[in-house]
Amino acid sequence: MTYLYSLLISAVLLIAPTKNEAVDTITVLTNARIVTITQGTIENGTIIVEDGIIVQLGTDIDIPDGAQIVDLAGLTVYPGMIDSGTQMGLVEVGSLSETRDASELGDLSPQMKALTAVNPNGVAIPVTRVNGITTVLTVPSGGMLPGQAALINLHGYTPQQMYAGFEGVVLRFPSTGRRGRFDSRSEEDVEKAATEALKKLNDTWDSAELHHRIDSTYQARPEDGRRPEYVPSMEALKDVVRGEQSLIIQVNTAKDILSALDWIKARNMTNVIFSGLAEGWRVADKIAEAGVPCLVGPVLSIPTRASDRFDKAYKNAALMHEAGVKIAIRSDDTANARNLPYHAGFAAAYGLPVEAALRAITINPAEIFGVDDRLGSLEVGKEATFFVADGDPFETSTTILHVFIAGYQVPMESRHTRLYEEFLNRNPGLNKHNRQ
Amino acid sequence: MKFKLLFLSAAFIFASNCLAQVPTGDVLVRGGTVLTVTNGTLENTDVLILNGIITEIGENLSAPQGVSVVDAVGMYVMPGIIDAHSHIGISNVNESSAPVTAQVSVGDVLNPYSIAIYRALAGGVTSSHVMHGSANVIGGQNETIKHRWGLLDPDELRMADAPRTIKFALGENPTRVHGQGSNKRPASRMGVEYVLRETFAKAQRYQEAWAQYEEEAKSNPRAISPAYNGQLEVMSDILTGDILIHCHSYRADEILMLLDVLGDFGVNQITFQHVNEGFKIAPELAEFGAGASIFADWWAYKFEVYYSTAYNAAILTRNGVLTSINSDSGELNRHLYHEAAKSQKYGGLSDTEALSLITINPAKQLGIADRIGSIEVGKEGDLAIFDRHPLSIYAVNQKTIVDGITYFDIERDADDMRLSVDPESPIETTVLHSHDDTHQCLHEGALDLYDFLESN
Repeated sequence: MTYLYSLLISAVLLIAPTKNEAVDTITVLTNARIVTITQGTIENGTIIVEDGIIVQLGTDIDIPDGAQIVDLAGLTVYPGMIDSGTQMGLVEVGSLSETRDASELGDLSPQMKALTAVNPNGVAIPVTRVNGITTVLTVPSGGMLPGQAALINLHGYTPQQMYAGFEGVVLRFPSTGRRGRFDSRSEEDVEKAATEALKKLNDTWDSAELHHRIDSTYQARPEDGRRPEYVPSMEALKDVVRGEQSLIIQVNTAKDILSALDWIKARNMTNVIFSGLAEGWRVADKIAEAGVPCLVGPVLSIPTRASDRFDKAYKNAALMHEAGVKIAIRSDDTANARNLPYHAGFAAAYGLPVEAALRAITINPAEIFGVDDRLGSLEVGKEATFFVADGDPFETSTTILHVFIAGYQVPMESRHTRLYEEFLNRNPGLNKHNRQ
Repeated sequence: MKFKLLFLSAAFIFASNCLAQVPTGDVLVRGGTVLTVTNGTLENTDVLILNGIITEIGENLSAPQGVSVVDAVGMYVMPGIIDAHSHIGISNVNESSAPVTAQVSVGDVLNPYSIAIYRALAGGVTSSHVMHGSANVIGGQNETIKHRWGLLDPDELRMADAPRTIKFALGENPTRVHGQGSNKRPASRMGVEYVLRETFAKAQRYQEAWAQYEEEAKSNPRAISPAYNGQLEVMSDILTGDILIHCHSYRADEILMLLDVLGDFGVNQITFQHVNEGFKIAPELAEFGAGASIFADWWAYKFEVYYSTAYNAAILTRNGVLTSINSDSGELNRHLYHEAAKSQKYGGLSDTEALSLITINPAKQLGIADRIGSIEVGKEGDLAIFDRHPLSIYAVNQKTIVDGITYFDIERDADDMRLSVDPESPIETTVLHSHDDTHQCLHEGALDLYDFLESN
């Protein structure tokens, strides 16, 4: 018993340093193959991490005394993967409304902030990050303007610690598509609903533009004017109208994408991101022409029309990329956002160059969200947010061995790994009592 | 040798009998890396299929006259993938009107026009176990089909002489549909056990009554037969082992409950479907000889799958449970090879173990392992030919062969593969598939109720 106990204590002591790797120490990763994404691939390289930042990266780097050294011989370092569409932290159990915080009441709630409702203890968070996904956009749903999506890192004890520097107002663009297999509305009803919704959107935007003008006038000479009435939704849209905050437009069918392109042109919108794009390939040249960046996915999905080739959803990202659209790939999932590399991998299997697929889950989303000074590639000065793999991260046979988020070495465990450890060789097995 | 020939000709006769109504083909698949699943990997090997049956596997086989040759040099030839849980190709999923609907069968509503069949073929899937939904404790009977795309008689989709199977369901779906939805038992997992025991007991009485009658009728021509009961006929066939149970289930406790019930009624063949908590009771499943047909990694979409692990396949396999990976989805069924490959990430299964999850293991669970599920002489000529090893993310299926006939060929794949187009439809409907949509088991319980919950 005493022996077991001391064994347990020493085991804990052994694990402890990696588990609670303090961010303020110096960590040196040596002998690594480094896929920087933006500056090529470095063989046998060294990365020095200090205070959560990459301070040196390359070959022929002196290793400082007293640093914690991680030998990565035979292994590859990649920047952390970024999923551009999840409900991480907002939804715990899909079917239980008590555990869903992604939707507010009403059609117009752009003032709602997803970041507020992110549960840092969501069970899916460790499940996702041990697969190398370090950063996700978490997106509210419901209504036309469901709120503001937030980019979060998958480590932190408060939402603010997790916040990765981007928030964008979400617009679910009026849709002419069916909402799924069980949407049995007639063609006319679908069309009518879309037209009405578009009118509502335009009315809302007219109000938002008016609010912006009143507010600007007031701000220019507060002493002359009356403070504009407090309208929370308009306050939230004001920054979008001014182009100071991104508008993330969720849009999927070809027809709706074209109508969204017309809409942003008519409204002179400059800071727009599209998300979804199930039929993006049909109008890819138009999107490219408009220069709107796109968060595409899920890649693993069914073609939108029965007449489409079986692999159109897989090929969508490649076709958009070929047309010159800047793409990021999203899983559009929460519990299985961990499959992001497989969405990118399927896009690669069906025509997207592997390098472009990697960019679509690293530097491209970082640039689209304006956080490429911190995330998305391995460069000196960026956050030490990366993972270490023993092979191609798109392959299921590859193991992710380490994950760092802003210098913090994440424990490589989750509910899924813990259950594996407990139940692979369950004890007691078939006996009713543990006699060992 | 003589014996082998005899066996082969017997196999031919058997096969030609059961495939009598459907066309079969001849083809020589030349020079591929053959992943037999049951006999290792054979490099640079030919597979000869005649009349829909694999007749020879070896190097440098010659094609008999008139037999077409498929060049598979540099490619990987694997057994046609078998999806042990699917709802494609049928026009109804649930008869949810009562907690027990054993008398109905999805085999009565096969729809050969469903584009989902072609999409599954494109992913290398040659057979699907098309199941009734999970609204009922004892649901309807399922149908094992082959993906013979383009044959328009629904009967031609059936895999003739495949064992009969039936759907059972435990947990949240039947309790929600009947208990919450209709104020009928079961409203709890206690009620689920009660419905099972009551129905099996009635079936036993029914069997006894008929046995008694048949005995009496020998001496008494005026003996009166018991009333015919379609539902109890089916239940009796379960008791006699003529119908295999495939039970929708998630939690360890409810699975153990059903094992107890089956033990009490002398039923010893069952495959649990989904069985997300199977890993917790792997030793009990192995001891019973129960199979597990699981998702690679789905979890957290409802409470009963909250305590899941993607290592389920590995834990079950290592504990000796016959395990398969299924789709239950018109999306996942197009990349089951990728779903199986996840068992390498989560638990390090070997290539053969991973491939077994979608070939020979589901074949065993469906009672058709003597006919499909591996590449062996005498088995039916169902193959998928990939350009890379099918467990690689970059693998793309090139051809899918069923009964020796190529039903999917990526080189001859037109944009529009529909078999019928509604001339009255002005424009084609665009359907945006949400995740919940493709997770059919979420909906198969009670569509209306689920939609109601969603919209409220």
